[in-house]
Amino acid sequence: MVPLSWYIVLSAVMFSIGVFGFLARRNLLIIFISIELMLNSVNISLVAFSHYLQSMRGQILVFFVITVAAAEAAIGLAILIAYYKNNPTIKVDEINLLKG
Amino acid sequence: MTLPQLFFAYFATAMTTLSLLVVTRKNPVHSVMWMLVLFIHIAGLYLFLNAEFLAAIQIIVYAGAILVLFLFVIMMLNLRKEETVKKYQAQWPLGAGIGIILAVFLVSILGKITVLPALGKYSIEAIKSEGSMMTIGKVLYTEYLLPFEVASIVLLVAIIGAVVLAKKRIE
Repeated sequence: MVPLSWYIVLSAVMFSIGVFGFLARRNLLIIFISIELMLNSVNISLVAFSHYLQSMRGQILVFFVITVAAAEAAIGLAILIAYYKNNPTIKVDEINLLKG
Repeated sequence: MTLPQLFFAYFATAMTTLSLLVVTRKNPVHSVMWMLVLFIHIAGLYLFLNAEFLAAIQIIVYAGAILVLFLFVIMMLNLRKEETVKKYQAQWPLGAGIGIILAVFLVSILGKITVLPALGKYSIEAIKSEGSMMTIGKVLYTEYLLPFEVASIVLLVAIIGAVVLAKKRIE
């Protein structure tokens, strides 16, 4: 039997890798992918808790997280394309139109 | 180590390595491809945790829809010249430090969970007697009916928002 804490540790490590990607990368697309990575790591811990506590709530919550992740990816990428039309770069340190 | 533990050990190493590959590749297409392999591993882990419905959803929605969306956007942008420049921001050591500190913090706290709440009524036998899909459907359409409807509105807003944002401006 695999202990519950193993899943939680795996989830925490994946989440931290996602945080690193979010903070360190310059490419906006990879930043979005890092957000998806973080959402997925949280989903793993939710499903693990759902299994070990014999409750359905975790799985339902994962269902909604996937829904919101799909909406977030669609909107985020649409904003990215709208920005790219005005200013053809997706490097976050060069996106500084509001800097003045 | 028993067989399930070996299985989990493989999945944990593979998923950690794949996550690192996803955030460190220079070419976004390679990142998305490693993400695809990672999602398939996550679906395997869901099967291991008796969440068949979520494993299917993981493949269909994440691998089938969201990653394809990413690939389409990469195709629409001209990224040829972006690949030659450096891939990390100037403050990347700070990001790495925050990531490591967060990992140590979360592992040291969450790895020690011992007290758990009382077990619910959805044991493996209860799910097996009814079927996984039927159990999750019953909960979703009774107890979580309102969040389910709100999720549909969220998706509608996302569709309209994506169309409005990405369409050509008409003067």
